[in-house]
Amino acid sequence: MNQQPAIAPSTARAAAQSHFRTLRPGTPFQPRIDALARTNDWYNWAGYRAPHSLWDEELEYFAIRSQAALFDISPMTKYRVEGPDAEAFLNRITLRDVAKLKPGRVHYTAWCDDEGFVLDDGTLFRLSPTRFRLCSQERHLPWLLDSAIGFEVIVEEETEAVAGLALQGPTSFAVLRDAGFADVERLKIFDIAEFPHDGSSQGTSRVTISRTGFTGDLGYELFVPAEHALSLWDRLMLAGELRGIRAIGYAALNRARLEAGLIVANADFVTAVHAVRPNRLRMPDEIGLGFMIDFDKGHFNGRRAIVSARAKKRLRHVLVGLEIEGNIPAEHAMVYYRKSQEVGLVSAAMWSPMAKRNIAIASLARPFGDTIVDDLWVEIYAMRELQYQKLMKRAKVVPRPFIKLDRRTANPPADF
Amino acid sequence: MTSFDAIVVGGGHNGLVSAAVLAKSGRNVLVLEAAGDVGGAARTEEFAPGFRVSSIAHLLNRLHPDVVTTLELEKHGLQIARSAFVPSVALSTDGPPLVLHGAYGEVLTGASPTGQTAWKDLRAQLLRYAGILKPLLARRPPDLSGMSLLDTASLGQTALALKKLGKEDMRDFLRVLLMNVADLLDEQLSDDRLKGLLAFDATLGSHLGPRSPTSLLGLYYRLAGESGGAAGAQILPKGGMGAVISAICVAAEKAGVTSRTNTPAARIIVEKGRAVGVALASGEEIRARTIVSAINPATTVFDLVGPLEFDTGFIRKVKNIRMNGDAAKLNLALDRPPQFAGVDAAGHKGRLVIAPSPDHVERAFNPSKYGEFSPEPVMEITLPSLADSSLAPDGACVLSAVVQYAPYALREGWASGRGKFLNAIMAQLETYAPGIGKTVRHAELLTPADIEARYRMPGGHWHHGELQADQMLMSRPVAGWSGYDTPIDGLFLAGAGSHPGGGVSGAPGLNAARRIIAMKG
Repeated sequence: MNQQPAIAPSTARAAAQSHFRTLRPGTPFQPRIDALARTNDWYNWAGYRAPHSLWDEELEYFAIRSQAALFDISPMTKYRVEGPDAEAFLNRITLRDVAKLKPGRVHYTAWCDDEGFVLDDGTLFRLSPTRFRLCSQERHLPWLLDSAIGFEVIVEEETEAVAGLALQGPTSFAVLRDAGFADVERLKIFDIAEFPHDGSSQGTSRVTISRTGFTGDLGYELFVPAEHALSLWDRLMLAGELRGIRAIGYAALNRARLEAGLIVANADFVTAVHAVRPNRLRMPDEIGLGFMIDFDKGHFNGRRAIVSARAKKRLRHVLVGLEIEGNIPAEHAMVYYRKSQEVGLVSAAMWSPMAKRNIAIASLARPFGDTIVDDLWVEIYAMRELQYQKLMKRAKVVPRPFIKLDRRTANPPADF
Repeated sequence: MTSFDAIVVGGGHNGLVSAAVLAKSGRNVLVLEAAGDVGGAARTEEFAPGFRVSSIAHLLNRLHPDVVTTLELEKHGLQIARSAFVPSVALSTDGPPLVLHGAYGEVLTGASPTGQTAWKDLRAQLLRYAGILKPLLARRPPDLSGMSLLDTASLGQTALALKKLGKEDMRDFLRVLLMNVADLLDEQLSDDRLKGLLAFDATLGSHLGPRSPTSLLGLYYRLAGESGGAAGAQILPKGGMGAVISAICVAAEKAGVTSRTNTPAARIIVEKGRAVGVALASGEEIRARTIVSAINPATTVFDLVGPLEFDTGFIRKVKNIRMNGDAAKLNLALDRPPQFAGVDAAGHKGRLVIAPSPDHVERAFNPSKYGEFSPEPVMEITLPSLADSSLAPDGACVLSAVVQYAPYALREGWASGRGKFLNAIMAQLETYAPGIGKTVRHAELLTPADIEARYRMPGGHWHHGELQADQMLMSRPVAGWSGYDTPIDGLFLAGAGSHPGGGVSGAPGLNAARRIIAMKG
């Protein structure tokens, strides 16, 4: 109760507390990434040292679209959820109906607090009838454990134990096949399967491969126990040499995801636990995730609040895709109605080389973007040698994704 | 089969009050009680052959006047006239006791003239300040998310009452509101016996010592209660606390309430986010438009509904309600009435308090913080058979005492701790009533663990949740859901775990019923 745990002598205590000496740890792939990091352009991803770019942001992006790009997703928060009630537990937490997610499949989902505000979005992997992996942007263990009261389920963080790689791009299938992952062509989009992995000196293991990604392109995600991370990296790099495989940083991925119309927590919306200002909280319907909500599956966190907000028309925001005239990216530009009334903000924008359009994702205050979609403008501040040039450009609400690549879903996947 | 408009789970006094008030509004009401008798911890029970005693609550000091009038309890046999008020006797080993006569010491005997004056001033001040909070007892706590006109108006009344105190008094009210009771007593009194009694009353039924911050609130809560129109007055009901239950039962029956005893509810049936009925342990299902849970809020949420139907944030709040009790109940069957030194016949018929000084109460509290019971416990004692001979065989006597501090989670466990604690209590009694030990025919000590098991009160806490500042008003039972309704449509809470709290007041039950009627539930 009021007793402190017995403290061992000071050397042991110092060793136990030495974590603070590594201010920003690396991932299991760090030796390989460090060797490739020519730009030394790092950023902080969930506490990890992750590359923003490795050699050339622009070319890294084109590696995704025309070759195969290898991106380290190990810092992504991962939870193992296992037990006879795992499905019921996840149904109670997340918006979508987990009963519809078959073993060996993945779906994109999101979860809310009591007030119906989005805590995070992420992917849910159903590895077996009773075993899941929940991947998310933020950490949620206390929330998940409190949600588990009354359920026969184990929730365990496995972020450190499991290393992850995204292999994305037209030649990604060929790379996997050439690396010896037999029958990988059978994976349809959102399928998962396990494959043997012989890491020789590190022993044998299994790698979980899913046909998923964050690029809107043909691609896969691979999960492997952390101790087998390096041998998996080497296996892919070796097999992919003639397929143009390249390691990439986040900047390139961020472009690809924007073309694919995908949103990022704390970039395109502020998660409920991080939002300080009350009007920054967002319900699923306000960030384009309303489609996930399944009222037929029974109770889930935030259900009552969402029902009530829909009924009382209390949804105040809407997230839209914009196509903007010209070719100047409208990053963080204000959105106006009739060039005068401020109605929202662009959260991500770029000139899309694939779509050949100037695209953006923006949050607008309803009814703008919802029922009023005409006469919208963005004000771009283009810095021109220490002077802003203000550009008022017409914006059109367009559907997301901004690009649709047949190769993403083609079966069998094409051999480029 | 009869169909019911409302089902009340739990036939404790709050459940019965709720049921009776709902039935009077024209609803067809069913009460489900798990035990063989209704009344919960306010029953009169036989604990030894020929000896009967009030289960847990043994003094009536806060039955809400609205409950008395709404249910016409005086017509149904309840006596709460001024003539029934009993004194409080602050026992002392250093000399004669101090006696508070009438309604909480309208007259004080055994004190010095300066002590008398000081008490008169303090008593007036305590009652004035408790009076500010009193109107809050009989209504829903203000709903901060959406204040109705009525909410705003009632808060306005409180503000007005505060203003009426005058500038100096208002400042003082706000200054002392969250103080510890010991410091306030030290400011104004010098008599240790009186200070000990008040320190005891302030901390009775909570996990606080007199020097714990906010402990003064407990005294206000007590003094916000009244009997027969007199604040702080206390009564030993004829026939024990069961007599109060009987009167409420008569009112309930007259209003057409059906009760079923030995009928534990197994589950509250929820369909599409709405409570639609109760499944019994026997498998039988009874449906109704409104389900009122007059049992513990955590039991309701976790056991009867199940956490699946609630949002995680709500579950988190309910899980965090502190409700480990610190009070034990001692029932003694004695061969003859005990003689407390220096106490007259009238005093023996009142409330005898062993809490000789605030320091003593504080020292009794200290071990409970670390999972140990008080080696020199403090207690309030009544001898109900002196005024009501039906409670004990001829010549014999019943002693009923509420004893602190007996932490629910006793570190050594109550299996081995019970005997030791009983010895500690008996040693205290022996000091004040020499020879009492030899007259004990039977002793029943109910630790919080026993109270939990016997009366289905988690933690053995008679308030069903600590009654401290952070678990009062808008935060009772949990923040955001203090208005008797729950996230489940059609499910209401009506027990002591809801505002205002425990004690035989009937206020939570009454308020809940009023809320249901107002919502046309």
